[in-house]
Amino acid sequence: MSRIKVKIKEKDLNIIKEICKSFNNEQGELINVLHKTQEHFGYLPAEIQEVVAKELEMSVAKVYGVVTFYSFFTMKPKGKFPISICTGTACYVRGAENVLGEFKRQLNIEVGETTPDGKFSLSCLRCVGACGLAPVVLVGDKTYGRVSPEGVKDILAEYNDK
Amino acid sequence: MEKVKLSIDNKLVEVEKGTTIYKAAKQLGIDIPVLCYMNLEGLGIENKPGGCRICVVEVEGRRNLAPSCSTDCTEGMVVHTHTMRVINARRTVMEFILSDHPKDCLTCAKSGNCELQDMAVKLGIREIPGQEYAAMSTYKMDFSPSIIRDLDKCIMCRRCEMMCNEFQTVGALSAFNRGFQSAVGPAFEMDIEDSTCTYCGQCVAVCPTGALTEKDHTRDVINALSDPTKTVIVQTAPAVRAALGEEFGLKPGTLVTGKMVTALRRLGFNYVFDTDFAADLTIMEEGTELLGRLTKFLGGDKEVKLPILTSCCPAWVNFFEHNFPEMKDIPSTARSPQQMFGAIAKTYFADKIKVKREDLVVVSIMPCLAKKYEAQRDEFKVDGNPDVDFSLSTRELAHLIKQANLDLKTLPDEDFDKPLGESTGAAVIFGVTGGVIEAATRTAYELHTGKKLAKVEFEQLRGMEFIRKATIDFNGTPINIGIAHGLGNARKLLDEIKAGKSEFHAIEIMACPGGCIGGGGQPLHHSDSSILKARTKAIYAEDEGKVLRKSHENPYIIKLYEEFLGKPMSEKAHHLLHTHYFDKSGKIEIS
Ligand code: SF4
Ligand code: SF4
Ligand code: FES
Ligand code: FES
Repeated sequence: MSRIKVKIKEKDLNIIKEICKSFNNEQGELINVLHKTQEHFGYLPAEIQEVVAKELEMSVAKVYGVVTFYSFFTMKPKGKFPISICTGTACYVRGAENVLGEFKRQLNIEVGETTPDGKFSLSCLRCVGACGLAPVVLVGDKTYGRVSPEGVKDILAEYNDK
Repeated sequence: MEKVKLSIDNKLVEVEKGTTIYKAAKQLGIDIPVLCYMNLEGLGIENKPGGCRICVVEVEGRRNLAPSCSTDCTEGMVVHTHTMRVINARRTVMEFILSDHPKDCLTCAKSGNCELQDMAVKLGIREIPGQEYAAMSTYKMDFSPSIIRDLDKCIMCRRCEMMCNEFQTVGALSAFNRGFQSAVGPAFEMDIEDSTCTYCGQCVAVCPTGALTEKDHTRDVINALSDPTKTVIVQTAPAVRAALGEEFGLKPGTLVTGKMVTALRRLGFNYVFDTDFAADLTIMEEGTELLGRLTKFLGGDKEVKLPILTSCCPAWVNFFEHNFPEMKDIPSTARSPQQMFGAIAKTYFADKIKVKREDLVVVSIMPCLAKKYEAQRDEFKVDGNPDVDFSLSTRELAHLIKQANLDLKTLPDEDFDKPLGESTGAAVIFGVTGGVIEAATRTAYELHTGKKLAKVEFEQLRGMEFIRKATIDFNGTPINIGIAHGLGNARKLLDEIKAGKSEFHAIEIMACPGGCIGGGGQPLHHSDSSILKARTKAIYAEDEGKVLRKSHENPYIIKLYEEFLGKPMSEKAHHLLHTHYFDKSGKIEIS
């Protein structure tokens, strides 16, 4: 717990407490607790991490360390259409970096960020097991294969009026 | 214990099973370089993440090089510590670390005392290839009243994290992020000032690089010394005299009290005083408080709060304000010696020499970084003017002395000035774990029983174990005393109190390993725990050499009460020498 005052809604507080309890408030279950909590809230802002730390009786610095170490945790709310670019070896070799660069340019955001209108967010993934289609991009549940930087515009256009 | 035999660089050695290759090599006098690894031997403080791989060695029959700091010896193992393959690998590791490290060595606060720099010298690094690929991290500098963090210089050894989490159980620091971006710091990259940091400085004491350093006040002190309108006085904490010599190449454990006084005088301080004087004063106040609570308790008063906890260590004060606010009425209300000194200097002494409070600058030399924070707490200011203006570490004093072209080794011995420079042996031992409670016992015993102690040493209160217990017979009344150093150890005793299971009447707590002699502002021990032991010995030697060894016998303390304070715990004493504590725990609020 830090000295900064934490404000949270009672309903949310109870949900986090429930999740921690379902893992017996064990420190060793931190990653699972965070997974469940993120599943529910969509992201893991500072307040939530403070509560988790308190419930598991561990330092919030440690919780933050874990949240920032694993790429599947995020501290910012995801966009309506979360875009994930695979940067596994196969995708990387076939130019995932350029594809990522193009998404960043078009959306004007960095990895881990969300567009101001809340529509798109960007993240990177490790190998998603579709190496034959490399480079691979996911938008929500939909998979796009053999994406080139030139194709980025078309992908985004699909979601324009949604 | 089961033993294993192995060969290292063609020399045979037999070690206990479970010994690492690094330690076995050490027995043979082979010094394998380490960076992330650190071990304060005999204290049980060890950092062994096996992360940097600078310590790799070749083990016959294994394909990969093995990190010697975290690989155990096995029977018949054949190890080579300096084959070409090893030397090349070590160099590659070093080049990799340096590729993500700033190159401003010349102006770095750690320059000349940096383990990374030493390693680059040792390995003969002359260029750093591959820099164009490295993504240098760029974190903002974090300035707090005690500690400065420059995370770009962090090499991820995680020693600081171990000290803060395992030894201190403060948990202010953790590794975060990945790859080149990884660093160690508080949650959400908040400033350390907003975290639960106690400013104990133990992270600074072990950081091998310039990532963690102290807030430096040497310029401020030089400015004050060169201002003709100011009277500048200095106080020196007990632990400083037992360590300062190390910065000038003297053997650890060399006492330099007299030389330090001479150096301070030549630096231009108008009066050279001693925090030990204030330590004697602390005993008068804290000892009286202890006796008061004890007498009430023995008289059957159920309301009285026991055990009483010492309050001389400002990191410890910060710790309980953050973590045990519900117990903030059990520590003694006595201020630390640094602050008692400041309060007396800016009233009693300022009046004596007819200098206005604003024109008197009080500098303190401390083995401690938490004292920097303490000095600027609002409770210790009068109309914005602090009782202690600048608190310098032992290391900063060494810098000041060097800048003045003084060679401490060759200086003559001089004495402290009067009246605030006179002290007893009881005050000197404030610098080691167990010392404050021993000093208090010497005085409390004599005041309570009315008898003279035949022997002033209480061996049962001394030692290096982290938690110690002793029962002292106060003329038929057994008094149970507890001692802890290291905040994690203190936490154990506090949890007992919280659970209503504590058997103690009084507990002494110091945040740093070994007490102040192992403080965060002392010359860096570079993981050599024998240095802490040598300093401890020096402190006890200084006590033994004193004519007066009980605080209540200090004639200048007696005079201070006669002329100014009245008696211990008087209204004036309360106002100047005592304090109150705050609830600084974070709260989760419902919105
Ligand atoms: S700040 Fe210093 S002690 Fe901490 S991990 Fe970085 S280099 Fe190591
Ligand atoms: S000063 Fe002490 S409490 Fe603060 S971060 Fe360093 S080790 Fe932790
Ligand atoms: S590397 Fe991208 S799908 Fe395997
Ligand atoms: S010193 Fe052995 S891995 Fe760092």
